[in-house]
Amino acid sequence: MSVQTWTWIIVGITFTLYFGIAIWARAGSTKEFYIAGGGVSPLANGMATAADWMSAASFISMAGLISFMGYDGGVYLMGWTGGYVLLALLLAPYLRKFGKFTVPDFIGDRYYSNTARTVAVFCALIVSFTYVAGQMRGVGIVFSQFLQVQIHIGVIIGMCVVLFFAFLGGMKGITYTQVAQYCVLIFAFMVPAIFISFNMTGNPVPQIGMGGTLENGSYLLDTLDDLHTKLGFSEYTSGSKSTWDVFAITCALMVGTAGLPHVIVRFFTVAKVRDARKSAGLALLFIAILYTTAPAVAVFARTNLIETVSEKKYSDIPEWFKNWENTGLIAWADKNNDGKIQYVAGNALEGKKPIFTNARGSNGERILENASMKTNNELYVDRDIMVLANPEIANLPNWVIALVAAGGLAAALSTAAGLLLVISTSVSRDLIKMQLRPNISEKSELMVARGSILVAVVIAGIFGIYPPGFVAAVVALAFGLAAASFFPAIILGIFDKRMNREGAIAGMVVGISLMLFYMIRYKTGLIGVMDPRPASEWWFGTSPEGFGTIAMLVNFVVSMVVSRLTPAPPQHVQDIVENIRIPSGAGKATH
Amino acid sequence: MSGKKAKEYWSKNLRYLAILLSIWFVVSYGCGILFVDELNNFRLGGFKLGFWFAQQGSIYVFVVLIFVYVKWMNKLDKEYGFDEE
Repeated sequence: MSVQTWTWIIVGITFTLYFGIAIWARAGSTKEFYIAGGGVSPLANGMATAADWMSAASFISMAGLISFMGYDGGVYLMGWTGGYVLLALLLAPYLRKFGKFTVPDFIGDRYYSNTARTVAVFCALIVSFTYVAGQMRGVGIVFSQFLQVQIHIGVIIGMCVVLFFAFLGGMKGITYTQVAQYCVLIFAFMVPAIFISFNMTGNPVPQIGMGGTLENGSYLLDTLDDLHTKLGFSEYTSGSKSTWDVFAITCALMVGTAGLPHVIVRFFTVAKVRDARKSAGLALLFIAILYTTAPAVAVFARTNLIETVSEKKYSDIPEWFKNWENTGLIAWADKNNDGKIQYVAGNALEGKKPIFTNARGSNGERILENASMKTNNELYVDRDIMVLANPEIANLPNWVIALVAAGGLAAALSTAAGLLLVISTSVSRDLIKMQLRPNISEKSELMVARGSILVAVVIAGIFGIYPPGFVAAVVALAFGLAAASFFPAIILGIFDKRMNREGAIAGMVVGISLMLFYMIRYKTGLIGVMDPRPASEWWFGTSPEGFGTIAMLVNFVVSMVVSRLTPAPPQHVQDIVENIRIPSGAGKATH
Repeated sequence: MSGKKAKEYWSKNLRYLAILLSIWFVVSYGCGILFVDELNNFRLGGFKLGFWFAQQGSIYVFVVLIFVYVKWMNKLDKEYGFDEE
């Protein structure tokens, strides 16, 4: 059977499963809608957290990014797992004990202030929207690949599907769909990895195969280092970023992980404090399975890619190459007219994305308008396709290729649904119920929640169609924003009894503004107003992805100074702090 | 609950956190980033050691750390009678 047929079958089966679960677990009350009723088992919550967490970026982009970054890719691996240690040790148990529905709930009560709550809501919205934009893009890429349509049509299809889950099921539906999605995505990620690892190194465990030897007896990683050096790239196992920048990015990603509202909220859904701790551990275990495999996949993919294309004739190149070229994610310009692909260091293009004319060249390739004549590199490969194309590059059976498409969809959809829920909760509960209309009935609150999901999906879709960069790069900025805003306010709220309203608000506002400023100035620019400034002007050589670390430190300092200059929090708040430090008597989460 | 008991419980909790987070820092930022070049002079099979810590080892340690924490805290809760039914 063809890849196309297999894809239809596997995606069809998995989607039927998700829809079935979504209908079975639809939410009837706000409590079910927001926190799945509060009785999810640690195991189910661990899987759901893992699926919620492992997004299109983890599944589709991360291994690809790493395969182009080499050692530097470690920032994502450590950053996106190490945060769970912080989450398990510093946040999850206490927030569960506190027993509310959302992060702004905690901020609002702990800092006895609706202003603080509002600031937290806006931070949650900014973080979640930045993050969800990346997810919609990922959904679009996968759909466009297997339906052979334009990416923006893929995004629109994805929007409709996500809307269905989130709309119907709320947190309850999402949680149980995510358990299923975790199983699909991890299976889909592991099967090709195991195949390729076995084919290349004779060892079926990718984590070990990565350090194994090839048929000719030399170590895989050494071979890859040699290939890289020969083609003019820097050695795979050593990085090109500065030590400080690697440090800053890793830290921002870790702290951001622990501060992401859609991750934190998962720990409100378990019954007890000890369940919250345990499910954080399980979540990381489930995540680690993919995260320790991804760097292996990166090495396999990189080696395979170089060996398949380098110095090969375009006319002899396998079918997958031309398919991806048709979607615009691979481009080749025969600069020296030898009909062979030269893949060496340097940008193949002027600008970031290929621009094609409608014509075909003498070898049948799509003609590029913006091939750069300054370098000898003829090949442009979009980082996002590495995982999706990997099974094809490695010549795996068609059903494996189809499985990867289903896994990518599971990853993107589960995360997007979780994020959209946080967005709608922020609006329906934290803004409308807690502030604007406290007397709203449960039924209307549910309606508002569902309505805001609809609006959020549309906005997210627009971001997905006009994305500001690679999927993972956009997502990385959401972490900086979370690190710069929530993390200090929550940590200080638990560990510093003296922290007060003034300090927390000042810290959050300064932190997120600074991060936004830096991000716009050096990464995204403002469309029509200014372009991003070059890397040479970065403060202390800190990239926008790593700047969350600095913004977080500034947040901490501002919070501490301001809180010590203003009155201590009232006694009942200090009692709350005493209380959340003790696990017993957590009870059920309440309004 | 008595304030003294709660205080003692909390300071033990903080000590556990200090131990676990130090290990967390050393394996990731230490072995994986700051001293990666030094460690890369050593090898673990086909891996350079520093590279292995950055892309594999630190993640394994993270998982272990959380489960150690879960174990310690469950014991501590019981010791102080703060465990839930």
